[in-house]
Amino acid sequence: MEVRGARAIGRVRRVNGPVVEAAGVDDARMLELVRVGEAALVGEVIKLSGDRAIIQVYEDTTGVRPGEPVVGTGMPLSVELGPGLVGTIYDGIQRPLEALRATGGDFIGRGMSAPALDRGKRWHFTPSLAVGADVAPGDILGTVPETARVEHRVLAPPDVSGRLSWMAAEGEYGVEDAVAVVETASGERRVAMMQRWPIRTPRPAGRRLPATVPLVTGQRVVDTLFPLARGGTVAIPGGFGTGKTMTQHAVAKWCDADLIVYVGCGERGNEMTDVLTEFPKLVDPRTGRSLMERTILIANTSNMPVSAREASVYTGAALAEYYRDMGYHVAVMADSTSRWAEALRELSGRMEEMPAEQGFPAYLATRIASFYERAGSMETLGGGEGSVSIIGAVSPPGGDFSEPVTQHTRRFVRAFWALDRQLANARHYPSISWLDSYSEYADEVRPWWEERVGPEWTADRAEMVGLLRKEVRLLQVAKLVGSDALPDSQRFVIEVCSLFKDAFLRQDAFDEVDRYTSPEKQARMLALVLLYWRRGSLAIKKGATFVELRRLKAVRDIVSARYAIAEGDSKAFDRVAARLERAIDDLEGDYGR
Amino acid sequence: MAADARAEALRRELAAGREYLGLERIDGPLVFIKRTHPVGYRELVEIVDAEGRGRLGMVLDTSEDMVVAQVFEGTQALTLPGSKARFRGEPLTVGATRRMLGRTFDGLGRPRDGGPAPLADSRSDVNGRPVNPVAREYPRDFIQTGISAIDGMNTLIRGQKLPIFSGNGLPHNELAAQIARQARLRDGGSEFAVVFAAMGVKHDVARFFERSFEESGVLDKVALFLSLADDPSIERIVTPRVALTVAEHLAFDLGMHVLVVMTDMANYCEALREISTARGEIPSRKGFPGYLYSDLAELYERSGMIRGRPGSITQLPILTMPNDDISHPIPDLTGYITEGQIVLDRSMYGRGVYPPVAGLPSLSRLMKDGIGEGMTREDHPRLAAQLFASYSKVKDVRDLAAVIGEDELAPLDRRYLEFGEFFEKRFVTQARDEDRDIERTLELGWEALGLLPADELRRVTEDDIAAHWVEREAEEGA
Repeated sequence: MEVRGARAIGRVRRVNGPVVEAAGVDDARMLELVRVGEAALVGEVIKLSGDRAIIQVYEDTTGVRPGEPVVGTGMPLSVELGPGLVGTIYDGIQRPLEALRATGGDFIGRGMSAPALDRGKRWHFTPSLAVGADVAPGDILGTVPETARVEHRVLAPPDVSGRLSWMAAEGEYGVEDAVAVVETASGERRVAMMQRWPIRTPRPAGRRLPATVPLVTGQRVVDTLFPLARGGTVAIPGGFGTGKTMTQHAVAKWCDADLIVYVGCGERGNEMTDVLTEFPKLVDPRTGRSLMERTILIANTSNMPVSAREASVYTGAALAEYYRDMGYHVAVMADSTSRWAEALRELSGRMEEMPAEQGFPAYLATRIASFYERAGSMETLGGGEGSVSIIGAVSPPGGDFSEPVTQHTRRFVRAFWALDRQLANARHYPSISWLDSYSEYADEVRPWWEERVGPEWTADRAEMVGLLRKEVRLLQVAKLVGSDALPDSQRFVIEVCSLFKDAFLRQDAFDEVDRYTSPEKQARMLALVLLYWRRGSLAIKKGATFVELRRLKAVRDIVSARYAIAEGDSKAFDRVAARLERAIDDLEGDYGR
Repeated sequence: MAADARAEALRRELAAGREYLGLERIDGPLVFIKRTHPVGYRELVEIVDAEGRGRLGMVLDTSEDMVVAQVFEGTQALTLPGSKARFRGEPLTVGATRRMLGRTFDGLGRPRDGGPAPLADSRSDVNGRPVNPVAREYPRDFIQTGISAIDGMNTLIRGQKLPIFSGNGLPHNELAAQIARQARLRDGGSEFAVVFAAMGVKHDVARFFERSFEESGVLDKVALFLSLADDPSIERIVTPRVALTVAEHLAFDLGMHVLVVMTDMANYCEALREISTARGEIPSRKGFPGYLYSDLAELYERSGMIRGRPGSITQLPILTMPNDDISHPIPDLTGYITEGQIVLDRSMYGRGVYPPVAGLPSLSRLMKDGIGEGMTREDHPRLAAQLFASYSKVKDVRDLAAVIGEDELAPLDRRYLEFGEFFEKRFVTQARDEDRDIERTLELGWEALGLLPADELRRVTEDDIAAHWVEREAEEGA
């Protein structure tokens, strides 16, 4: 524990759930980290007025009595940054849960604490600079192999610049050992691998870069229809049971980010266990390494203290920015931001603040905005490029998207993956609605796609989107008169769309092949559906019937392509396409010229 | 350290002996006491009325000049000057033991059956402590309930929390009792127990469960905690906590597999609202407090399994949706916490379907890991997915038939109607004492799919169709 600046700042006057009022306070600082009561519970000063301080406590306050001491630590609520973060699971205020279990047992008690980074662990440090070099903020001083796939870069802190006067030799060091000394304008600064950063302050970076490279998720409905860019923001709203968490898990598993920070904020304990047991077993298709080697978990489940839930998303953002500064592309999953907003509401209510909509505080919108603004593709201080993408789940009460959290979130994100109850009920997963969702990145990432899979991609995608729009209108008519009453050409539109949903939009997260689809395979699959559409509608003009077209054996091949054709097997696609063409040729042949 | 502990114990004892005469204010279930010694948050308090009878309560807000406490046993007939308050120096605890099985208790855990209080093995705070997420064991053992709509489509897993969303007059009690009677693991064995918590339900509901346990000869494996409709409403806030504390002891200390039935969560939430309103808190939706989600999570998350400990807690909460509205805050927030939900459908029940488990809104989130090869049968996941997909189409066809008339339907649409009939009348419907094994359930599922043409079945594989699918004509009058 940090002792610097620790001093008694007052005593408890009132306890109301997680909100504690302290009296006799004269030198507390706003947002200072404090220890409350005899159990030394972690808290943060959130309001000062006269000799009173309002403290939000991150642990259960049962048993805290008026008169107990409040101790200030002299620093804001901060995270420890350094090697050892990746592969670890923390709670909302960065307490390592494995270590807590080792010392405190299966249940989380009050006042338990353990350092976020293991002090006993030695890391192999290799210096990158020589003594005498000029050091600017963000420069790489040395590297540490953190996991088999993450090289940890020890950076000069944002407030350190000058001449390197001492550098540690290559070797094993603990996180608190000095690895470099920098001669700065204000004297010598000792730099260790571990640094601290206040969670509510965004880490500094250079200029923002345009978001033109997609974050490839391997989820077809996302990549093809509603892409997310590296450094982008997206919200996933959906009522309970529509698959928010499943979608988040799928993206966390298969997206091409270098690092994943998964924040389980006020959600189920078993879901975190699921991640913990499943991720180590899964292998990243790009590196062949375990997915846990690129994942940091922050678990503040629904039954854990509500104020730590409020802090957890900032903790996640701070860790993500730290790796961004090393030049990595990081994706933050926040599941669910609604629980975070509710934590704000609960604390606001306990402080008797005047509520705005549905009891939420008036500053809800600014808090949501400042969280999502921590995303971005940036030039780092060291001159490299890194990004933080934020994927936030939203849990609207009653699945009603007009509630405040969904509405405000919508203002600050650029992509929206709306989950649809009807689709989920029919077990169509991912249940991302192709009608209500949108992505403002679609245009920006188009050049990337055209370069990667071919120039026809743009036209193919546009044609499919057009068909889906058309289908909606036709289905409305069909609902009134029955689909039999429609002409074959229109019934065929419905048929192709239904095929597209089954063969392309639906994706089985548990099938070894289907769970991840590369951009190339996505383009081939899309082309296959469109081949069926283009040839089929010509055949109908020549006299073939809708029923004949849907009975074609080759249609089943299109449906099964998603799990039957392996990545990179473009010959198989050629074969299916040829078979389909032949079948339609035969059909047209029957109707003569 | 030891000296500290001794001093602390002494201080508590002294404080516990202190009594304060006279209350400052009584407001609904709340009492306000002025100028006390420093009282801990959530500390247990005993309010003694003029006749000398004590009632238990809990501190909700504590400060130097005023303590606010909720009284579980009601504030009726309390007087301001005549009442005394005694603080216990610790939160409400309950003593748990295996000997509680076969007994009936009140909502605060005191014997209700006239017997003596059982000697407790351990006393713990009824509020429990959150399980460290890394200590959890992911649940994946299939529980066969013998009910096709559950086993086949919304499989129950040991350690799951799966609520029944129901409405007044629907057979949720029958269904819960049937599950409690028939639930078993396929490999059998291991010791089980049932903990039953009744919150604000009618006497005959409690009696129904008691009789049902009695008839199946398991009453000595059941601990009942009853806070009935005519008991003080505030008591309901503690009842599930007492029951879950006992369940945790049975499961995690004694290694038993515990099924916890809690009914009716709607009454629990209303008691919570009553207190919140009395305290003048800012309400969120429908007058319920903003912390309803966190509060419910404190209950529902007390289920599951823990690594290295043999037992488990499976929760089956029952809640009646006010006005059958699934978007009402109570079912809505519950659905966000629990691992799925069994939704009962009034119109199905009206058509004589028992159990009226609504096909589409029901869901079991843990199902994916508990079914398939080695657990139920290899084709089970795809069969269930296909049944869901086909059944969702039935709804569309029924809507269409309502507009253009059944006679005008295309032949394919008519086959969907037949499939829907069979699915509801033969697959879902079963007798209240019928215990179907999973093989029979899956067989019936394939029989239903036999009514549809093979090219409509896109969620199953070619191999599944070859192995299980046989085209059938609808039986007359099915």
